[in-house]
Amino acid sequence: MFDLTDKRALVTGASGGIGAEIARGLHAAGAVVGLSGTRTEPLEALAAELGERAHVLPCNLSDAEAVTALPKVAIEAMGGVDILVNNAGITRDNLFMRMSDDEWASVIEVNLTAAMRLSRGVLRGMMKARWGRIINISSVVGATGNPGQGNYAAAKAGLVGMSKSLAYEVASRGITVNAVAPGFIATAMTDKLTDDQKAAILTNVPAGRMGDPSEISAAVLYLASPEAAYTTGTVLHVNGGLAMI
Amino acid sequence: MSDIADRVKKIVVEHLGVEESKITESASFIDDLGADSLDTVELVMAFEEEFGIEIPDDAAETIQTFGDAVKFITEAS
Repeated sequence: MFDLTDKRALVTGASGGIGAEIARGLHAAGAVVGLSGTRTEPLEALAAELGERAHVLPCNLSDAEAVTALPKVAIEAMGGVDILVNNAGITRDNLFMRMSDDEWASVIEVNLTAAMRLSRGVLRGMMKARWGRIINISSVVGATGNPGQGNYAAAKAGLVGMSKSLAYEVASRGITVNAVAPGFIATAMTDKLTDDQKAAILTNVPAGRMGDPSEISAAVLYLASPEAAYTTGTVLHVNGGLAMI
Repeated sequence: MSDIADRVKKIVVEHLGVEESKITESASFIDDLGADSLDTVELVMAFEEEFGIEIPDDAAETIQTFGDAVKFITEAS
């Protein structure tokens, strides 16, 4: 099932663990994929691994002009964008009382504002095609909060509110907008945690293990599929039961 | 009726599914022709493509009626 032949997907943060796996999943289902990220090297490596139907589209999401240009670059490279996966995210953790304006603003800019700009940029083509999928990668902490991540949690919760508002506006045009909220997934980002921290987290995960990026990719693949046409404005939590919401 | 008006009318008929007779000079897209706000965005997109022009957002907001659209496009193209 889930055939994405002839669909063109733009994935941000495709150089990261989850983003790369999302791109692999969409590509395996037949989609043409545009791999975006800041670091070109891992993107080139992923494109080489995927072979045909993969385009490397580097973009620094903290650069507003580059973000605005990315949809145009992607449309030029692939002929259009049918599926947008706003996956890119950064963390600048700090206790709230010590958080600088810059730590706050940079996380909001990359994790939330870039998703808005990219969504705005691809909507025109989707409206004309009467088909589109926008999938925003949120996080469990957007729903639960997390100490030290006031900025990150705010951006991730913001993505949910943005998704739902946009979902209302474009549902009648065959465009769905959804969010996926991963829990603790084994990636470079969570590798930074100490073993003690990991063990403490896992005591709260009923599944008793960290998630695999492929389990996020599977959720994205479903939401990107034609079969998910009636699923919009929702948040798909993939967290091993960490937060049942 | 001018060529531009004819082409604008054709786009409005196609997008909003209204009868041509309802499209008068003063007909408001939203109040008289049943468009919602997203329809008006789509109409502007269609005008831009048909006539090869750019309609900035602040100008788009002033295009409320069929007559407004014809006038703007005539001046812009």
